Amino acid sequence: MTGTTTQTSGPTPRPTPTEPRNYHFPAFHRRTLPNGMRLVVAPVTKLPLVSITAVIDAGASVEREGQDGVAALTAQLLLEGAAGLDGAALTDRFERIGTSVDAHADWDAATVSLTVLAERLPDALALVRDLLRAPEFPEREVARLKDERLAELLQLRAEPRGLADEQFSRAVYAPTARYAAPAGGSAASVRALTRDVARGFYAERYRPTSTTLVFVGEVSVDRAAELALELFGDWQGDVASTVERAVDASPLTRVARVVAKADASQSEVRVGHAGLPRRHPDYFETTVMNAVLGGLFSSRINLNLREAHGYTYGAFSAFEWRRAAGPFMIQTAVKSDVTGAAVREILHEIERMRSQEISTDELTLATSYLDGVFPIRYETTSAIATALSNLVIHDLPEHFYDDYRVRVRSVTTEDVLRAAQRHLHPDRLRIVVVGDPAVIATPLGEIHGAPVETVTADGAEVAA
Amino acid sequence: MQIPIDTFTLDNGLFVTLSEDHTAPIVAVNLWYHVGSANERAGRTGFAHLFEHMLFQGSASVGANEHFELVQRAGGTLNGSTWLDRTNYYETVPSNQLELALWLEANRMGYLLPAMTQQKLDTQRDVVQNERRWSMDNQPYGSWWERLPALCFPPSHPFHHSLIGSMSDLDAASLEDIEQFFTTYYTPDNAVLSIAGDFDRAEARRLVERHFGPIPRGAGKPPLPDMTLPPTLGGPLREVVPDDVVLPRLFLAFRSPVFGSDDYYTASVCGAILGLKKGSRLHRRLVRERQIAAEAQSFTYDLTKGSDLLVLDVTARPESSSEELERAVNEEVDRLRDEGVTAEEVARAVTLIETELIVALQSAGDRADKLSLFATYFGDPSLVNTQAARYREVTPERVNAFARARLGTDNRASLLYVPRDTETTSANQELAEVGAR
Repeated sequence: MTGTTTQTSGPTPRPTPTEPRNYHFPAFHRRTLPNGMRLVVAPVTKLPLVSITAVIDAGASVEREGQDGVAALTAQLLLEGAAGLDGAALTDRFERIGTSVDAHADWDAATVSLTVLAERLPDALALVRDLLRAPEFPEREVARLKDERLAELLQLRAEPRGLADEQFSRAVYAPTARYAAPAGGSAASVRALTRDVARGFYAERYRPTSTTLVFVGEVSVDRAAELALELFGDWQGDVASTVERAVDASPLTRVARVVAKADASQSEVRVGHAGLPRRHPDYFETTVMNAVLGGLFSSRINLNLREAHGYTYGAFSAFEWRRAAGPFMIQTAVKSDVTGAAVREILHEIERMRSQEISTDELTLATSYLDGVFPIRYETTSAIATALSNLVIHDLPEHFYDDYRVRVRSVTTEDVLRAAQRHLHPDRLRIVVVGDPAVIATPLGEIHGAPVETVTADGAEVAA
Repeated sequence: MQIPIDTFTLDNGLFVTLSEDHTAPIVAVNLWYHVGSANERAGRTGFAHLFEHMLFQGSASVGANEHFELVQRAGGTLNGSTWLDRTNYYETVPSNQLELALWLEANRMGYLLPAMTQQKLDTQRDVVQNERRWSMDNQPYGSWWERLPALCFPPSHPFHHSLIGSMSDLDAASLEDIEQFFTTYYTPDNAVLSIAGDFDRAEARRLVERHFGPIPRGAGKPPLPDMTLPPTLGGPLREVVPDDVVLPRLFLAFRSPVFGSDDYYTASVCGAILGLKKGSRLHRRLVRERQIAAEAQSFTYDLTKGSDLLVLDVTARPESSSEELERAVNEEVDRLRDEGVTAEEVARAVTLIETELIVALQSAGDRADKLSLFATYFGDPSLVNTQAARYREVTPERVNAFARARLGTDNRASLLYVPRDTETTSANQELAEVGAR
């Protein structure tokens, strides 16, 4: 090629791509300390940063009955006093080395994570040791964090998006299923938590054998292992016991429910049902199927609701992948007076997905997107650490990330149809809408074929 | 941390910045147009943002909805955003698709108008009106986005009016407005193009010249009115907003030095001492110790003309009243102003900010966006490499001088959200009783 520019009038022609360059998910290495604590280390040298994530098998799904919310409370309490330092002093130690630590629990794990300049890694890891091995659970902070959680739940009542998500989970799962209530617990369950319950949960779940330390960034495998052995080598504890609890029980019924918000200018719409556990063998075909249905901007649901009808700013669908069957959910917010029409279009798109094969064009859009975007997802050390944490949490095959793109590309239109027929269930859809009942109850009732239930933000039923 | 930077300018005025990094086969293309809501004319609030939506509706060689589809099919991510003084468009794609991203951006910069139709405008107007409902009207506290600038900038100032726009102004937007706005502002000499990631410099330059070279220069844009403002608000300002919320929330804003000035970095460090992360004063005092607030943070708008805004954003606990919240936040500001800050507090803030600056350089898209930012506002993308040093120059004395000059009661604007109805008030009461134990 010469460096000259051809001056043309009018637009330049559409280009064709050049040869793609190879990409490999960062190589990682595993080690196990003599006490059973595991390490996963991915050396990545781009910037002088290291991300650390401690993954502990202490998520909400292993809480005992009557203790909903203790996993989240316990994880947060790690930062509120440890090894003789109070919460303010601990915060100060982290921030003085230029980092802030996050500790939280979701459904399947508790995680303690941070990103720090590589030169500060030993200091940061020593602090993480204090949190994990010597938390103190001060009474005052237990009370404060409980109050903050209750304030958060109160906020949720006035926040249509969060309220819709919460009410959708309640509609999908049986009242006895752990997934029916928020991971952080409901107001009643949080009020019942005590310091002793949190300490008990910690003692039972936070063990070397149930903990994996993930390192990603400018650190060698040997250096990470040496630091971990020095700081965690003498941490002793038995294997955590298993808890048997129905987390994802879901009745096979169809439900339509309005959560009343009088005079709402918009309806927050949630449609779906219980999905699949993360390790289900249909993971890839279901992921591609969802991309076509509502996983991409150019998906059927978004193009229909947003670009064809202008009903909404955006409409998306997702399978939430948990160890047990997390929800499959379509979500959008539409102008109140088109709520019925929008839900009708959503149901139509679900039906269409199940009744005929998608076109090859739609398939390749989804697969080439998922394939191509893969390296873009893992540009940062913290994103790679999260990916490796998921490998640990879900006990995925060692080559999962190496094989991901090939597996995605091998999905066919027949696979997608089969996934839709197996894993989309029109007969057990839950339709939950936060909005103005005066405007939306009747059209939703027509679609549902029966009067819709109307509830308040607390979930209490409102007489028709 | 220094990133490599090259620049060149096309004959038509397009300023181009390049930053190579071959660690992953990814490249980011990022285009800033130096136009935002400040450039809107009266009766057309929200137009710059509506126009941004129209840029995804196709151009001479790109069909409706095809822009998103082509990038996603190539395995890329994309979006755009509108701000008071700029609008940006960006794609991150596998590096072998660099030319596609450049071609798409050039095609809409050069040849947007043939693709514009009334029907597309009507649909995007609906979409934007739904975006307004979603982000503001049906969202607790959502109106702060337009109330805070309206409170802090005088009505005649270009930063005063709503970025998302009023429903009636959006209704009034026409195809003629599209044409006029496009011709005036979407020209190569009013834009900056940045490319970051895995590419060959000579090849990238050839591609940029090929696709953007033929686009003619614009005729110049009308100047903005005088943006200059006094350094302070000239007295305390206060607006109380009853809203569908359960907890009071205070936005306390100060006029502060414009982005890029030495004193901007001082103001930013002062804001971090007050509200950056859990070791900050507001979190330590109001959330942890006094338990008046549930959350506390601070931020700046990063405006380069007239005045920047430094904002404290604090949400009350259920058992605290709005009066208590407002008093407590003001007490912390008074205390900082009267007693000053310590060297440790400055060091904590600067160290945290430095890590954030490096973390933000990890992704190609963020790099490209930063290059465009410094090129657009200051004509010098290499300023991205000087930010950490400018923060390190901030001293306690500078922070204290800033606080004395800018944190006084003559420079405080309070935007206070309070629960509107009795139902939420009684819910507060109920929880306060529980909280009291």
